[in-house]
Amino acid sequence: MSEVTTLPTRRDESWRYSDIAAVQKLGTAGIAEWQDIVLADGEETVLTFIVGSDEPEVTRLRLKVGDRATAAIFATSAGSDYTRFEIEVTLGRGSHFEFGGVTIGGGDAVREFVTQTVHAEPDATSNQTIRAVHWGTASGNFLGEIKVARDAQKTDAAQDFKGLLLEAGAGANAVPQLEIFADDVKCAHGATVGQLDEAARYYMAARGLPEAVAQRLLVQAFLGDAFVELDDEEGRAKLLEAALSALESAEL
Amino acid sequence: MLKITDLHATVGEDDPKTILKGLSLEIPAGEVHAIMGPNGAGKSTLAHVLGGKPGYDVTSGSVEFMGEDLFDLDPHERAATGLFLGFQYPVEIPGVSNVQFLREALNSQRKFREEEPLSGGEFLKLAKEKAGLLKMDMEMLKRQVNVGFSGGEKKRAEMVQMGILDPIFAVLDETDSGLDIDALRIVGEGINSIMRDAGKSVLLITHYQRLLDVVKPDKVSILAGGRIVQTGGPELALRLEDEGYDAVMAEMAA
Repeated sequence: MSEVTTLPTRRDESWRYSDIAAVQKLGTAGIAEWQDIVLADGEETVLTFIVGSDEPEVTRLRLKVGDRATAAIFATSAGSDYTRFEIEVTLGRGSHFEFGGVTIGGGDAVREFVTQTVHAEPDATSNQTIRAVHWGTASGNFLGEIKVARDAQKTDAAQDFKGLLLEAGAGANAVPQLEIFADDVKCAHGATVGQLDEAARYYMAARGLPEAVAQRLLVQAFLGDAFVELDDEEGRAKLLEAALSALESAEL
Repeated sequence: MLKITDLHATVGEDDPKTILKGLSLEIPAGEVHAIMGPNGAGKSTLAHVLGGKPGYDVTSGSVEFMGEDLFDLDPHERAATGLFLGFQYPVEIPGVSNVQFLREALNSQRKFREEEPLSGGEFLKLAKEKAGLLKMDMEMLKRQVNVGFSGGEKKRAEMVQMGILDPIFAVLDETDSGLDIDALRIVGEGINSIMRDAGKSVLLITHYQRLLDVVKPDKVSILAGGRIVQTGGPELALRLEDEGYDAVMAEMAA
């Protein structure tokens, strides 16, 4: 992904599900800015983000992860307008990249995570867990590209996307994209989209839980997967709370 | 306490089938009433109609519970009013722990009844006591609801839930299925200690006498073809066990 000099269109693979009208509103200046993060060999870093507001918003991170270093990023995207959170990560030998992301919300907003994970050296691992919960005519996207260089043997990369649609009309798009030039690698990816489990809702009602409470519990359980790798309990609670308060304000 | 009058109900949204065809039954406070009947008679349908399961529609008749029209209440309101439905197939809820689930459930019920919620500590004390009755430890209650539980553990967990929620009226749908002999006794004794009370009643749906040896019913009814066809004392269950439904019902028709 190069610096943006012209506005992207739907023909650009990583923008094909974006809200192009919102992108135009932001203009090239609004989407061009990358934050560079460099991890020295053996360094470990954990970053958490709560993104999205009532204006279009694009956040772009470019990480260079040194040998045996670990970069972990967790994000909740719960704004009410177009929100794009993009990560470009290049992994050194034996390093690890962890990403847990949640998009949640209604209205007609598009919320998306776009990652490009470059396994440039051998023995690196990456794990990405994305959960999307939407209603109204909103959608959640995950475009995850993994590139494994020719000599990046023993790469172990995983992507897991699950979408939960609370109303007909909401949507989720998952686009895994693998480009592998090494021959001894593991690249797993999975994507499912579904609705709340009717049987569980009835069971919970039979125990006295009003619908809204049952729904909150089920959504909370569904989202939890994205943040299990975050050890900081307080940080995890904040990310979950940001997600659940979006649900609270929904009229379902 | 519960009065069912000429209840007709269908199952299925696209192609509804009439399963209950004029079922009447009255259960006063303090009674354990067993319902037996051949497969397909409508036993589970009765349980789910009382519980308010989506897809189960009442076409005529009425159910009065604690002086209220049961069908005026949403499923969660029925629970808060004191109805407990023990599931034949308890549902797994990944990601939600038993403790979290039951505390939310109990406090939602208490809120509906305009009672104060239990604190975390109060709840855990209660949960521990009720789990002990069913010989379950707290470690199991910290696990996700029914996830990875064996068939027997699920049924015991149902009874722990019943103990914690402390209903007035329990509909137990084949709570004995899938239980080994020891678990059957534990569950049966659990039902006795939680529900044997002058102010409580149980509708016990079962196929087998085994459970009735432990939970001694006051009355036994046969449900066949969507109606109650005979009601008697505990001896009726023993006769069914010996002679089978066909023989007992044929004699009745004669």
